[in-house]
Amino acid sequence: MFGQSILSLVIWVPILAGVIVLATGSDRNAALARWLALAGATLGLAVAIPLATGFDTGTSAMQFVEKAAWIPAFNIHYHLGADGISMPLILLNSFVTLLVVIAGWQVIQDKVAQYMAAFLIMSGLINGVFAALDGILFYVFFEGMLIPLYLIVGVWGGPNRVYAAFKFFLYTLLGSLLMLVSMIYLYFQSGGSFDIQTWHGTPLGMTAQTLMFFSFLLAFGVKVPMWPVHTWLPDAHVEAPTGGSVVLAAITLKVGAYGFLRFILPILPDASHELAWLVIALSLIAVVYIGLVALVQADMKKLIAYSSIAHMGFVTLGFFMFNPLGAEGGLVQMVSHGFVSAALFLCIGVMYDRLHSRQIKDYGGLVNKMPVFAAFFMLFAMANAGLPATSGFVGEFMVVMAAIPVDFWYAFIAATSLITGAAYTLWMYKRVVFGAVANPHVEEMSDINAREILLLGTLAVCVLAMGLYPKPLTDVMHASVVNLLAHVAQSKLP
Amino acid sequence: MRHAIMQFAPVFPEIFVLAMVSLILVVDAAVGHRQRHLAYGLSLLTLAGAAFLTLRGFATAPGLTLGGLFVDDPLSDVLKLFLYLTVAAVMIYSRDYLRERALYKGEFFVLALFALLGMMVMVSASHFLTLYLGLELLSLSLYSMVALHRDSSVATEAAMKYFVLGALASGMLLYGMSMVYGVTGSLGLADMAAALQDGTDLHIPLVFGIVFIVAGLAFKLGVVPFHMWVPDVYEGAPTAMTLFIGSAPKIAAFAFAVRILGQGLEPQVGDWRDMLVILAVLSVALGNVAAIAQSNLKRMFAYSTISHMGFVLLGILAGSQSGYGSAMFYVLAYALMSLGGFGMILLLSRAGFEADQLDDFKGLNRRSPWLAFLMLLLMFSMAGIPPTVGFYAKLAVLQAVVGIGYAWLAVAAVLLSLIGAFYYLRIVKLMYFDAPVDTSPIAASADARVVMSVNGLAILALGIVPQPLMAICIHAIGASF
Repeated sequence: MFGQSILSLVIWVPILAGVIVLATGSDRNAALARWLALAGATLGLAVAIPLATGFDTGTSAMQFVEKAAWIPAFNIHYHLGADGISMPLILLNSFVTLLVVIAGWQVIQDKVAQYMAAFLIMSGLINGVFAALDGILFYVFFEGMLIPLYLIVGVWGGPNRVYAAFKFFLYTLLGSLLMLVSMIYLYFQSGGSFDIQTWHGTPLGMTAQTLMFFSFLLAFGVKVPMWPVHTWLPDAHVEAPTGGSVVLAAITLKVGAYGFLRFILPILPDASHELAWLVIALSLIAVVYIGLVALVQADMKKLIAYSSIAHMGFVTLGFFMFNPLGAEGGLVQMVSHGFVSAALFLCIGVMYDRLHSRQIKDYGGLVNKMPVFAAFFMLFAMANAGLPATSGFVGEFMVVMAAIPVDFWYAFIAATSLITGAAYTLWMYKRVVFGAVANPHVEEMSDINAREILLLGTLAVCVLAMGLYPKPLTDVMHASVVNLLAHVAQSKLP
Repeated sequence: MRHAIMQFAPVFPEIFVLAMVSLILVVDAAVGHRQRHLAYGLSLLTLAGAAFLTLRGFATAPGLTLGGLFVDDPLSDVLKLFLYLTVAAVMIYSRDYLRERALYKGEFFVLALFALLGMMVMVSASHFLTLYLGLELLSLSLYSMVALHRDSSVATEAAMKYFVLGALASGMLLYGMSMVYGVTGSLGLADMAAALQDGTDLHIPLVFGIVFIVAGLAFKLGVVPFHMWVPDVYEGAPTAMTLFIGSAPKIAAFAFAVRILGQGLEPQVGDWRDMLVILAVLSVALGNVAAIAQSNLKRMFAYSTISHMGFVLLGILAGSQSGYGSAMFYVLAYALMSLGGFGMILLLSRAGFEADQLDDFKGLNRRSPWLAFLMLLLMFSMAGIPPTVGFYAKLAVLQAVVGIGYAWLAVAAVLLSLIGAFYYLRIVKLMYFDAPVDTSPIAASADARVVMSVNGLAILALGIVPQPLMAICIHAIGASF
């Protein structure tokens, strides 16, 4: 019955669930809000499952397409579709939303209904970002998701939350507003269409392409985030509640990278080739420099935030190698980073809930008190460092391999991150988990409970499965990536 | 005989409003202050009656009447219907506020309806004389409304400023009109456009006249550099009057500008476009930057109005039907947002307390999550963030601007509106992130709460489904030009 509108369900079920939670939940009855949110998130994931089971890996065409006139005055359509690039991201998002709801179960005691509703509504909006095939529809979801995220960081965040929320919002708004002007320009160039796939075939002069390249680069680069517009991320992460950090790292960063594949590469192929050096340079700076910055962090959340930036540098690097291995490597890295960063932020959340500190120096000797947790934490730390057999290895390895034929030195510089990545992650792990119990409060810490084991265990399975056998994922992407690169190879100069 | 009466048919709504104002004046004087709600009820009845008459005589094509002084076209009918709605909302929001401040007088209703009549004449004018007549009727009513709070020195000062500067602007407008009349030999907009179409060798006097007309218009719209009165009047006037000044007259001013520039001086678009570019950029820039420094919400909204009017000008300066349509959409969306913003101040105010400081909104989410949510929608709409109507208003205007090849102007406008996003976000921050300073319950009447809910939800609903309003604007402009 709903076979024709799976994507609509994926978008609107979480949003409606959020509205219901908001309408029925009050601070007096927090339990109801929690259970309703759990039901909504589970249902949201359930309606996304058919995307995976019904996906045809043999075609690069958009699947599950829905199209209806929305604003005929401007030729704007409610146009949805998923391909091998967006489908895994939609699933990832729906899955992470469920984790976030469970993660906030006990921790959030203040305004529970609003907290849960904000995450559910944001989840629906992010699914909309990945599914939209109309420029304005994309923009509406892309901007709309800032509102719940702004509130999440600002209401439930740490001491410096206001600064972080403003910085995050204004940074991202700057990029997207310029992108909006570019979209309107594309509308006129394409003869009055906001259809993204039409834009893929619109001829554009070099000057226009270059200007638009920078506007899109700013819009998506801020979200990725790329050096030097990354500074909002550590602030937002440190101040956000655990759930907010998880969504920020696992999902919103992917929105930026997704924009590269959906907009920049296929719409502006000539400018992309011309300015590839710029993106590659910024990516390598992120990989190397931000990796070093991560090394000296005293705050665990900040450390993981910087490590996220370095990992996302691999993603953008892979995209601009212009070969299937690189693009697929970038995509695998996106999904893998979604799992690993979510898991690491959840781990930090577990510790923070017990000790109310994120400083590395406050910990030490955790393994004596929390052996189960230490084991999970170990796995995710290894995945973050890119250990083979974990998902973190696959993407980075593919990108490095893809870079070798382009330029050996790109590959060489990128590969140094395998060393720095191992250094900052494992050093942090050592200081937090091993050694003597330095802090008397650590003595009082209890090991993780069943709820936390469920959360971390699920992610551990995902990380290992992807690391051992990534083929199902790359199969899904392959046709779309090859088609995309064929597009990028064609010049669009008139 | 029948023919002679039918010639007045398009003017029935105006005649009805005039008759009712006179009635209210007499009735209120007779029953006195004990039965004030009679005047209130009659005023709302007047608006309903006028809406009925306008709908019944809804024009499908432009029809000139009264010897070419008055035009009844889809544009004017649509705008009039929105004017009735806006004025009705103003009255409902203001009732309790006025009663608590001993301003709940018959004069308020009489002046508001006279102002409405002036606006109705403005949107239906097809002749410099009627345009000016409507404008003055509106302005004189507004001056008196600002001064209605006789014992308040701030309000009196605001009224004086408003009057002096308004009179100056009217003078400029008249001077410009006389120059244009000298060149074209006509005061009627259609004849004027026809004369200009044929070309004139008196180009310099014509441009001279246009400069004065644009300056006068800029005064009335409140755009930079003719904006000085806006913050003082907005802040000084009692909030109910600010609500009135900040909403309905903007719709009329839009019609006024489009009638003069888009209809009468349409052939000279090359002359007035560049003037509007300067005014628009300055307004968006100054409005957004100056608003950041304000701690008084009314004053902040005043600067925000300046920047919004800059956006309206951006739509008008496109000089095309899509441009006028986008400006119309913008001004209607703005009236809705402005109503909500000032209405919220009125709702949170109570006897002896004005909720017009930024701090008064602290922790609103704790005191009333629903009102905080509505205000959140209003703020994001003013900032132009989807999914709210404010986003489509900006989109439409930017599209019109890029359509005439002024992409740089669109870039400048969005960068400046990014600055604006800061102070709208700040209000959301106060409501959601901060703890309340004032924890007293919110004493707003049920009907005002209902109207506020409708107002706020309309912003969201029009943000999700903007097509109906967009179609109305495009149709009204398309069928009237």
